[in-house]
Amino acid sequence: MIEVSGLTVRFAGVTPIDDVSVVFPGGTCGLIGPNGAGKTTFFNVLSGFVKPAAGSITAFGENMLRMADFRRARWGLRRTFQTEMAIEKLSIYDNVAMIHEHSGAKRTTRRADVLSAMEFVGLEMSPKVKVGSLGARERRLVEVARAVVGNPRVVLLDEPAAGLPDEETGLLGEVIHRIPGEFGALVILVDHDMSLVSSCCETTAVLDFGKLIASGPTAEVLRNEHVIRAYLGTEEEL
Amino acid sequence: MSVAGARTSRAEIARAVERGVVVRGVIIAALLLFVVLAVPALVGADWLTTFASVLIYAIVACGFGILYGRVGMISLGQVALLSIGCWIGTRLAYATSLPFPILLLVVGLITGVIGTLVGLPSLRLSGLYLALITLMFAGATTIVLAVIDFPNGGGGFKGRSATGALTTSTPPVRRPSMAVGDTAFFRYIVIVTALMFLLALLHVSGKPGRAWASIRESEPAALAAGVNITVYKMWAFGLASFMTGVAGCLLAAQVGVPRAITFQTQDSLTLAATSLIGGIFSIWGAVIAGIFNQLLPFIFQAQWNVNSNFLLIIFGVGLLQVLLTAPGGLAEQVPRDMAKLARLVWHGARRLTGGRKKSP
Repeated sequence: MIEVSGLTVRFAGVTPIDDVSVVFPGGTCGLIGPNGAGKTTFFNVLSGFVKPAAGSITAFGENMLRMADFRRARWGLRRTFQTEMAIEKLSIYDNVAMIHEHSGAKRTTRRADVLSAMEFVGLEMSPKVKVGSLGARERRLVEVARAVVGNPRVVLLDEPAAGLPDEETGLLGEVIHRIPGEFGALVILVDHDMSLVSSCCETTAVLDFGKLIASGPTAEVLRNEHVIRAYLGTEEEL
Repeated sequence: MSVAGARTSRAEIARAVERGVVVRGVIIAALLLFVVLAVPALVGADWLTTFASVLIYAIVACGFGILYGRVGMISLGQVALLSIGCWIGTRLAYATSLPFPILLLVVGLITGVIGTLVGLPSLRLSGLYLALITLMFAGATTIVLAVIDFPNGGGGFKGRSATGALTTSTPPVRRPSMAVGDTAFFRYIVIVTALMFLLALLHVSGKPGRAWASIRESEPAALAAGVNITVYKMWAFGLASFMTGVAGCLLAAQVGVPRAITFQTQDSLTLAATSLIGGIFSIWGAVIAGIFNQLLPFIFQAQWNVNSNFLLIIFGVGLLQVLLTAPGGLAEQVPRDMAKLARLVWHGARRLTGGRKKSP
């Protein structure tokens, strides 16, 4: 469980996150909102790239904001970025093993852990293949494999399906949905694809202009009129 | 593909990879033996000295390759570090009676610490700014050494004689007792170079190499992956400077009278250029860089009697060529183009013979 309370982030004159209090109970949680709503900023606070002006984040009883940024991975925080960050020059194995090495997981289980993460996301190819030679779908899968290896506790996925065709998005959604059961990790999924969010996430929180406007079970949240107005409002205009 | 099919093909791939590793190992071992045993017998003394410099500069280029090719930090002060290693080696050789391998190690470690300090700005700066800072360091090193007239020819650690004259009474920097002669010391240099390359390869293929690749790709992503960026950047500078320091100590013993060498600031730039031409991602690239840096000037100047400054133009053109067509340098480009050529010849030959078969 992640408890966020009174979180405020200020950049010169802008408040991308404004006094947000929300609870991510567990399983797969969606975090949605229009562009500029503060979703990625929230991830950056969790990663330690951005220092909030006020507020606290407690994850599984641990005060996240006190931890040094690079130590959070060892604690069990994983994340992907909007742009893909799999390392082209390294093989799939090295890409995933690299996360394992800094996760504090046992060295003796590295090979088995890396291969089972590859199997979990459905990468059926030689681990020695260079990531630079892979297509968009496989690279995204490598990123998910990187996010689940080495005992993750919180997995942050920032638009993992960006640029993928619908069918492949669906398959990726199935993989994401299985993460909490398989690894016991809490997943927070940011995406613009409503079908992905509604198929993966049990609960969803909605941000708009840095403020939390709704949170709760996904189906209820997506029916909420504030959400429809703020986020899906384009339908009314059509 | 069926499961069984996938399994056999995976086993085949693994076998092919292993075969590739074995073949490559045999080729490298044969090449190493050739260089150690045959080269000294085949060439004259001046060539041998040049080949020794080629190897020494190849170590420096290998360090540059780690910094720029692996971590993405450009350092234009590598030859300055070489000069520092050379001077520390010289002074320690006079002032102490350490066995030569220990001397190499100590000089490497001291230079490693200095290089790490020089690399500190890389934690905040990158690209052009880091390049400028390291170039300033190279310039400062040259100027300081010139102004304090270090060493002016005396013995001991300070290297100063009261008269200030470049005395000839100081003996040359000692070499390892097992390799005093030029040929034996050349072999010694080959072995130390191979060890340095091995050290670099072990780093690159292991945990540091993966962390460096991650930093090079994206620092935020590396941080999110739990990489302590400070430690790994400093580690890269430490390793590259350690190797460069060892190379400097070898250079001191190779030349014997290092005060005869003048290190210039622009040498660091030439080294960066030749490293990029050779290829910053591989050991072969470092060797090619050593050849460009030391062998070509020797051939131009001593063999053809052409001013070796002309080489700067060639390096410029070569650098342009490499940056435009082959980011991996000649080490990547030559095998690729040779393979293309071989395929072209092979297809041409097949078409010719195929045409003959059809004609009757």
